[in-house]
Amino acid sequence: MNITVAGKKTEVEEGISIAKLIEVVKVENPLYVTVSINEEFVDSKAFEETVLKENDFVEFLYFMGGGSF
Amino acid sequence: MIQIGQEEYKTIIKHAKEGLPNEACGLLGGIVVSGVTYVKKIYCLTNTDASREHFSMDPKEQFAAIKDIRSNNLQLIGNFHSHPETPARPSDEDKRLAYDSTLLYGIVSLMAEDSPVFKVFHINEAKEVSEEEVVII
Repeated sequence: MNITVAGKKTEVEEGISIAKLIEVVKVENPLYVTVSINEEFVDSKAFEETVLKENDFVEFLYFMGGGSF
Repeated sequence: MIQIGQEEYKTIIKHAKEGLPNEACGLLGGIVVSGVTYVKKIYCLTNTDASREHFSMDPKEQFAAIKDIRSNNLQLIGNFHSHPETPARPSDEDKRLAYDSTLLYGIVSLMAEDSPVFKVFHINEAKEVSEEEVVII
């Protein structure tokens, strides 16, 4: 099926979970990533059981922070 | 090389100055053509830490910016933040929290408030830093 990941059309297997998608697209630091599907935030505890559907829009976004020292 | 327009550059500096005495932060939307990164739009975000030594971006503001970036056919090319009292170079904390090596990391130093210094860096997975040439057009 086709979904859009970070703005790019991507073909993935039917019934893929967010957890599996994170593996497939090789997210660098999964522990620090926030995910939205169709602009709805997904709790990281639900990554395993949340299954994607055809034409879903998925965004990965890292925590962004830092400091002067 | 990174090309940024005068207006976009001024937006970054203005946001950094308005954030004083705290750090300010934001995102950079743009395009990459033939190895050259063009900064097209600046997203000024809230530093939720409200600190002069730290910053954190608000995830909801981040996602709103991403939505706008997608709708404008741009890419998230990086972020920026200010160092009110230290040089424009990634701190240990900046490097530790640079979770995405595909992004550019811009830093504005306001050590000399009337002469801000803006530099842009890559930070790879090994936390090695390399500076990118910035051309203001």
